[in-house]
Amino acid sequence: MSELLEIQRRVAAAVMHPLTRQETMPRRRSNGVSNTAEADALIKPNDRLTSFERLEIYNRQYWFRLYSSFEEDFPGLMAIVGRRKFDTLMRAYLTDFPSASFTLRNLGSHLEQWLTEHPEHIEPRKNLAMDMVRLEWAHIEVFDSAVEPLIDPDDLSELHDGSQLRLQPYLRFLELRYPVDDLIIEVRSEGGSSDGSSNNASISRKHRKVRHIASLAPEEIHLAVHRHENSVYYKRLHREEYRLLTTLSTGETISEAIDMAFAESAIPEEERAPFLQAAFQTWSSLGWFIR
Amino acid sequence: MPANRFNSFTEYGVGIGLRIPHYHHILSEKPVVDWFEIISENYMVDGGRPLQVLDQILEQYNVVQHGVSMYFGSASNPDPEHLKKLKRLVKRTKTPWLSDHLCWGSVDGRYTHDLLPMPYTWEAVKITADRIRNVQDFLEIPVVVENVSSYAEYHASEMTEWEFINEVVEKADCGILLDVNNIYVSSQNHNFDPFTYVNAVPADRIAQIHIAGHSKFEKYILDTHDHPVLEPVWQLYARTIERAGPTATLLEWDDNIPSFEEVHAEALKANQFLQAAAKPAVPQLTEVAR
Repeated sequence: MSELLEIQRRVAAAVMHPLTRQETMPRRRSNGVSNTAEADALIKPNDRLTSFERLEIYNRQYWFRLYSSFEEDFPGLMAIVGRRKFDTLMRAYLTDFPSASFTLRNLGSHLEQWLTEHPEHIEPRKNLAMDMVRLEWAHIEVFDSAVEPLIDPDDLSELHDGSQLRLQPYLRFLELRYPVDDLIIEVRSEGGSSDGSSNNASISRKHRKVRHIASLAPEEIHLAVHRHENSVYYKRLHREEYRLLTTLSTGETISEAIDMAFAESAIPEEERAPFLQAAFQTWSSLGWFIR
Repeated sequence: MPANRFNSFTEYGVGIGLRIPHYHHILSEKPVVDWFEIISENYMVDGGRPLQVLDQILEQYNVVQHGVSMYFGSASNPDPEHLKKLKRLVKRTKTPWLSDHLCWGSVDGRYTHDLLPMPYTWEAVKITADRIRNVQDFLEIPVVVENVSSYAEYHASEMTEWEFINEVVEKADCGILLDVNNIYVSSQNHNFDPFTYVNAVPADRIAQIHIAGHSKFEKYILDTHDHPVLEPVWQLYARTIERAGPTATLLEWDDNIPSFEEVHAEALKANQFLQAAAKPAVPQLTEVAR
């Protein structure tokens, strides 16, 4: 193994190891390795700082940068579980899933899956928290996903039952158990945002204002997370609309999607045609159909 | 007239970093700015507002790309997907050169999102220079590398930082983005004379200069980019311009960002040094007499 690779692996192991509760570098890692010994072996001391203290600057910077990004991405989750539990959850998740991407944007990409395996972090409000995480991750994806050219109006008018309709790649559809769309709008309106990637250093942790959610009544919500003029919006859907759109998004034909939409539907037969016409008109005006 | 062969853009003058809090002001007021530096990673996306704003900026301003995650000094291979996205952005912005840091930050597919200092070894020189060459070949534009500020030094180092940067840029045949604030920060943290560093780097490879503010703590200085440029940094800047000639200069301000006007006014202070360097030297009497 190259000496450079060995040094980088050893430094990364120290830098990416979780901080103590006091947000300092632990003297000993969870696997028993001494950070003091590793720092002494790798890093020169100077007249003001020990090797340990110099390495600790990077250890703290690493975690503060990740905390800042994660907190900015999931303020709704923080509001639901509270600051203390959120901190524990965040440390545990980021330890299991350190960044594997050049961009911090993808930091939360495994969070939903991880929380299904670690529900203890979001009990007793598991369903509410899971709904919020799904919405917050969808928001991140919708914000900067690709946009495709819209379908030609002539092509739209020539569609028939056996046609397929392609949807904008940025669209996400969610079936939720709580009205977390209202909640996140409220939470986000109270917080700021950072400036994405930068190359400056920070040695202190910035604490965001946390809004605590006392209670939220369950409510079945079907939601489209979409973009209009490059801003992210949440559009509530009827259950039938949700089923139609999610079926279309899997590549099924319009006819199959309509059958799926109205299976077990309470909408009377005679109202279905105008219902569909209005829905397609709205989606088309929002630019959801592509070539 | 270019000041040196790695600096064909002397007319670029003084730019500032494009930051989100200034978007509205820039797009609505259209202030006169020599150029904007963008953080590449913030626009390496498939769509949405970042690219919309970038396209609007590109319609009216010169834009230069600056990266924070290429990690030229990482021993692990770069992510091919990262390079492809970067190249797509390069084509979009038509950046005349691309800069990133002489540091490492990822290993075995895990990213620290920090600019970690290199061990200054001969092995690291070779690995880093090879990667810079490969990236330059792939992107098909000039690549310049920036010195980082650092808070730690390795026992393994076999040379000084300025010797390391000189070896790397020579072997990679690339330019330097000299961050004089970073030199100052590191000099205070590692007890060296910052002018020794500035005087040692090859002036003919300085393609761009960064200036920024920093924060002093009890036992070290941190590169926080949240203050105006301090006097010692201006002195290093003046010396650099004296050696390299007029060079594209960029003020970094990334935290506690004030109004656009305040940031721009701070950046424009560099003009006094640039204008002095641009003036033709006054012939001495003895030369006239001949």
